[in-house]
Amino acid sequence: MELIIKQMPVVINALNAGFVQTLKLFSITLLGAFPLGLLIAFGSISKITPISVITRLFIWIIRGTPLMIQLLIVYYFPGLVLHNPIWGGGESGRFTAAAIAFVVNYACYFSEIYRGGILSVPVGQQEAGLVLGMTKRQIFFHVTLLQMIKRIVPPISNEIITLVKDTALARIIALQEIIWAGQAFMKGSHGISGAIWPLFFTAFYYLIFNGIVTLALTKLEDKMNYFR
Amino acid sequence: MKILEVNNIRKTFGNVEVLKGIDFSLDKGQVLSIIGSSGSGKTTLLRCLNFLETPDAGEIIVNDEVLFDAAKSHITSESQIRKNRLHFGLVFQSFNLFPQYTALENIMLAPRLLAAENNYNGKSKSEFLTQLESQANEILAQIGLSERKNNYPYQLSGGQCQRVAIARALILKPDILCFDEPTSALDPELTGEVLKVIRGLSEQKTTMIIVTHEMEFARDVASKVIFMSDGEICEQGSPSEIFENPKEERTRRFLLRYSGK
Repeated sequence: MELIIKQMPVVINALNAGFVQTLKLFSITLLGAFPLGLLIAFGSISKITPISVITRLFIWIIRGTPLMIQLLIVYYFPGLVLHNPIWGGGESGRFTAAAIAFVVNYACYFSEIYRGGILSVPVGQQEAGLVLGMTKRQIFFHVTLLQMIKRIVPPISNEIITLVKDTALARIIALQEIIWAGQAFMKGSHGISGAIWPLFFTAFYYLIFNGIVTLALTKLEDKMNYFR
Repeated sequence: MKILEVNNIRKTFGNVEVLKGIDFSLDKGQVLSIIGSSGSGKTTLLRCLNFLETPDAGEIIVNDEVLFDAAKSHITSESQIRKNRLHFGLVFQSFNLFPQYTALENIMLAPRLLAAENNYNGKSKSEFLTQLESQANEILAQIGLSERKNNYPYQLSGGQCQRVAIARALILKPDILCFDEPTSALDPELTGEVLKVIRGLSEQKTTMIIVTHEMEFARDVASKVIFMSDGEICEQGSPSEIFENPKEERTRRFLLRYSGK
C-alpha cells in the first residue's frame, strides 16, 4: 500500500496523458460518425437500388467483422500490402488510422439506429409537410429530424457508452491511450516495473467518464420530453 | 365560375383499380361532399388531387390551368408538383400535426419556410414574421383556439388538434380545401366543434371538398354531392337529389344502411 501511494503521482500523470488520447479518439469518433452515419442511413434507405445494396453490403461487412481487425487492416494494409506506409511510424499516424477505423465502424452502427428512427416517424408527418408545399429537404430538417433524434437518444446512448470502452481497442496498434499507459508499468516505465495496479486503476477513469456521459445523455433525453 | 375540373382520373395499385375514371367539376365557392363506403376510392381521389398519388390517367385543371396531365406526368418536375400542391389544402383524418411545434408554430412553419425561399417577398424578415404571426392569430381566433396557441399537440384534444390542422391549411390560402374524413378519428362529442369550423368556412364561400361519413353534415353543408362506389362516381347531384331522390340502386342501399343505424 505504501508503495502504491509512493508510485501514485507518477502513475496518475502517465494515466492522465493516456486518457487524453482516449478522450481525443472518443470525441473525434463521435464528431465524425454522427454525420457520416446519417449519410450511410440515407444510402441504405435510398430508392436507387444499387446505392442501397452497396450501402447495406458495406454495413454488413463493417458490423460483421471485429473492430480490432478493422484497426489492424487500416493501420497495416497501406504499408505492408501497398508498400506505401501513409501513416508513418509515429503516434499521430497511429491516431489517424485509429480514428478512421473508429469513425467508419461507429458510423455504420449509428446508421442503422438512424434508419430505424427515420422509419419510425409516421408517414403522415411527411405527407402533411408535402401538402403544405414543403420540400423533402425542409421536411427532413424541420419535421422529421427532431422526432427521429427523440426516438434514437436511448439506443445511441448505448453505443456512446460502448464507444468509451471500445477506445481501448486502439491499443492493438500501439496507440498510447490509457490502457496502453497502464500496461506500460508492468513492463517498466518511469522507473516503475512489475506494477499491475495501474492497469486495474484505469477502470476508474472509464467508470467516472461513463458516469458523466450517462448524466449528460439523461439530460438530453429529458430535454426532448417537451413534446410527445 | 369553374375552379376545378377533373377528367377521367384513373389509379391502379398493383392489380386493383381503385379509381376507374373520375370526372367532375366544381365552381368557386362550392362545397362538394363525397360519400361512399370504405374502399370506394374517396381517399385515393383526394390524395390524387393533392399530388400524394400520381394518377395513371386523366387531367386535373384548376382555374383553367392544367396542373396535371397523365400523358406528361413523367416530365413534371418536383418543384412544379410543389407549386401544384399549393392550389390545394388537405386536412387529414389523423390531423398529422407536427408534435414538436406549438399550435401557433404548426400554423406558421410552412408559410415561413416558403417565404424564406423568396426572400420574404421583399420585406425584412422580422416585418414578415410579425405579419405572419398576426395572420396566424387571426385564424386561431376564427377557430376559437387563441388561448391554446402555445400548447403542443399532445396537450390538445382531438377536436382542437383537427381545428389547428384546418388553420395550418388555411393560412396558405389554397384555392380548394380538401378534408379526408375530418371527424372519423374523433370522439363523437368532439365532432361538433370541427364541423362548426367547416360550416363557418362554407359560409365564407371557401371552396371545399369533404370526404365524410357524417351524412347529415354532408347534406347540410354541401352544394353538391358525389356518391362513389367501387372506384366510380355512381351518382352526383344536389344534396336533395342525392339524399331525397337517389336514382341509383347502389346509392339507395348505401343511404339506407346509414339511416338504419
